[in-house]
Amino acid sequence: MKRIEAIIRKSKYRVVKDALHEVGVNFFSYWDVTGIGNEKEGHVYRGVSYSTSDIQRRYLSIVVNDDFVEVTIKALLDSAATGEVGDGKIFVSDMEEIYRIRTGEKGGETLR
Amino acid sequence: MEEVVKGMAEINGVLDIMWILIAGALVFFMQAGFTLVETGFTRSKNTINIIMKNLMDFCIGSVGFWLIGYALMYGDDIGTFIGTPSLFFNNAGEMHNLFFQTVFCATAATIVSGAIAERTKFTTYLVFSLLMTVLIYPISGHWVWQGDGWLTKLGFIDFAGSSVVHSVGGWAALVAAALVGPRIGKYTNGKSNAIPGHSILLGALGVFILWLGWYGFNGGSQLAISGTNVTAVSNIIITTNLAGAAGALAAMFFTWIKYGKPDASMTLNGVLAGLVGVTAGCAAVDNFGAIAIGLICGVLVVLSIEFVDKKLKVDDPVGAVSVHGVCGAIGTLLVGVFATDGGLLYGGGFGQLGVQAVGVLGIAAWAIGTSFIILFILKKTMGLRVSEKEEVDGLDIHEHGMEAYPDFRLNEH
Repeated sequence: MKRIEAIIRKSKYRVVKDALHEVGVNFFSYWDVTGIGNEKEGHVYRGVSYSTSDIQRRYLSIVVNDDFVEVTIKALLDSAATGEVGDGKIFVSDMEEIYRIRTGEKGGETLR
Repeated sequence: MEEVVKGMAEINGVLDIMWILIAGALVFFMQAGFTLVETGFTRSKNTINIIMKNLMDFCIGSVGFWLIGYALMYGDDIGTFIGTPSLFFNNAGEMHNLFFQTVFCATAATIVSGAIAERTKFTTYLVFSLLMTVLIYPISGHWVWQGDGWLTKLGFIDFAGSSVVHSVGGWAALVAAALVGPRIGKYTNGKSNAIPGHSILLGALGVFILWLGWYGFNGGSQLAISGTNVTAVSNIIITTNLAGAAGALAAMFFTWIKYGKPDASMTLNGVLAGLVGVTAGCAAVDNFGAIAIGLICGVLVVLSIEFVDKKLKVDDPVGAVSVHGVCGAIGTLLVGVFATDGGLLYGGGFGQLGVQAVGVLGIAAWAIGTSFIILFILKKTMGLRVSEKEEVDGLDIHEHGMEAYPDFRLNEH
């Protein structure tokens, strides 16, 4: 079992969600985050120009069985990319155990 | 027949007073416009403070102007300088004048609040606001509008108050903003930093409300609407409207060229710049003159805001000094250029322009001098600024014990 975390553009959220459903990933959590990155946004306010590196993104946390890892990552790479700086990152890490609270079952079965 | 003529005169008198009352109500609504512009162009943590300042300067002004301000402005002339003081205005036949002049006085007072937003002590502001409405504004106003003042005798033209109202407020705002000092974080290593306002939407609504109020401000200053006055008022409304529109167009295209994008907050200031500029000459210029004044003020306001911000290093979050002080002064001067009767471009020579310059300088010297003395004394006694902690946390929570948007999550900057 793996945890796949992805930071994506908010504007890509809908297509990413659809792509994940497409490959059979139906459970995940997400939240909106602010981060610091390579992308700089230029602004002018009343004649004073300033740039901010504080970037708004959406953070997805997806837990999958091993046989789903590859398709999930491929779905993310295909759907979240624009080709511009600032498309985001994917982090993959091991997941030791999973429990379903309602029944107390554990392991990969709980993801089905 | 005699009775018909008498009846007509009576009806005309009623019409004139009714117009003054309606126009006065429109000018009153400008207080809402100022509140919204100032709130929108500053951070959300100081919203309550700005609401309270704008509400209270009107309330203090209403009482103060009735108490003594109106008498100092319109009382019998003493030495062409000041009206005869008397307390508690109660001339039954002139209550419409008291109302109309009160809302003008409050406009001058409220201009200061925006320039010193986000860092000034509430108590000190209340004291200054009172002195502004019972002392600074009525005396220079007397010089121009009472009829026997020294500027009236020179032939100075300021029809609805580019100088009397707006410049007085703008120059006081300049002195106040300079003495209070910039907001924390506005200047680092001598460089100006942007502190974006929290709602351009509120600012825009405020500008629309001010624009609406201006029809009363300038149109009402005819002080009559019966007979041929109705044509004069209509012309004034059109010169006013054209100048506001031209000011916005000029500011938009100028910032578009200068910054690469049409700047909304500057364009909104451009509307006000054109309106302030034409206020002095709205009854003396034709439509081309009004557009020219609007265009000049629309460009000037952008240059002036940058100059005040980057060169003078006076922190004026809403541009009050540039909109009201600078454009008020230039608009008054331009009457000497564009007045169809006596203006430089209409073959009148430099005479009127010279008189306008004397008036602009005289009023500026008065407003800057008196507000400096008052604010300097207040700085040494009550203090002008809130503490660093209050400023960083926001004036709302410390000065007023509440937040403007308790159930929104807003940026903390």
